[in-house]
Amino acid sequence: MNHWAFITAAYALTLAASAAVAFASWRAMRRAEAAAEALRRP
Amino acid sequence: MATLHALANPARFLRIARPLTAPLFWVGVALIAFGAWAGLAWTPPDYLQGESVRILYIHVPTAWLGMGGWSGVAISSIAYLVWRHPLASVAARACALPGALFTFLCLATGSIWGRPTWGTWWQWDGRLTSMLLLLFVYLAYLALARADAERGGDGRVPALFGIAGSVLLPIIRYSVVWWNALHQGQSIGLTGSSIDGSMLWPLGFTLSGFTLFFAAIVLMRMRAMIAANRVEARMRRMAQGGDMPA
Repeated sequence: MNHWAFITAAYALTLAASAAVAFASWRAMRRAEAAAEALRRP
Repeated sequence: MATLHALANPARFLRIARPLTAPLFWVGVALIAFGAWAGLAWTPPDYLQGESVRILYIHVPTAWLGMGGWSGVAISSIAYLVWRHPLASVAARACALPGALFTFLCLATGSIWGRPTWGTWWQWDGRLTSMLLLLFVYLAYLALARADAERGGDGRVPALFGIAGSVLLPIIRYSVVWWNALHQGQSIGLTGSSIDGSMLWPLGFTLSGFTLFFAAIVLMRMRAMIAANRVEARMRRMAQGGDMPA
């Protein structure tokens, strides 16, 4: 059994899922802070 | 205690969190990249498991953060119930999604690792089953916290759930001691490790890297929730006619 296919799958899944959550969290933060700033600005 | 109360001020918290978020994230990413590269390219294969042992460098940090995330939820929930500070409730909710993500990744990478090592994708042994229960508890907490926020709840119910769910943590920790099944026993402890140093050292990089990455995501989510709460409060005041924009 070729172990590298399993290793690649594990690393790719971790990379993709971590990147997706990081991007979603960053975008939510940017949007929320921009909305708060827009309301605060006179 | 005074420091905790000082940090619990949202404005003071944001003054610390804003400059910390990006460095935590990028240093975390760099440590993960280096540790993963070292684990894939520089360490020897295991005499028994062969090359598949390299999954260790992502599986162990995801397990650590799956449990660490719930510890964050539970500690923040206790802080919220004791001191009633809304920032503690925000912190608990911010830990839940990345905690659920890493619990899922722990189960998925463990399953992928299990196929070439054990000959099966899944086994209902104590460690795997208790970790799967933790994922369900995370999902239930996320749904409960969302419903509570949407219905204008005070956050007490999710906080109680956050504390109750922590009963799983010692079960997960000692599952390999109480039930002897496919999952190996504890190989890394506070006093030492049964893994040879030539294979162990990259784990320190991925473990600390994923921890910083997790902390950065929690800070991002806390900042988003604080900003959203501010917008909501401002809109409510404007709707009541007490705070018209200039």
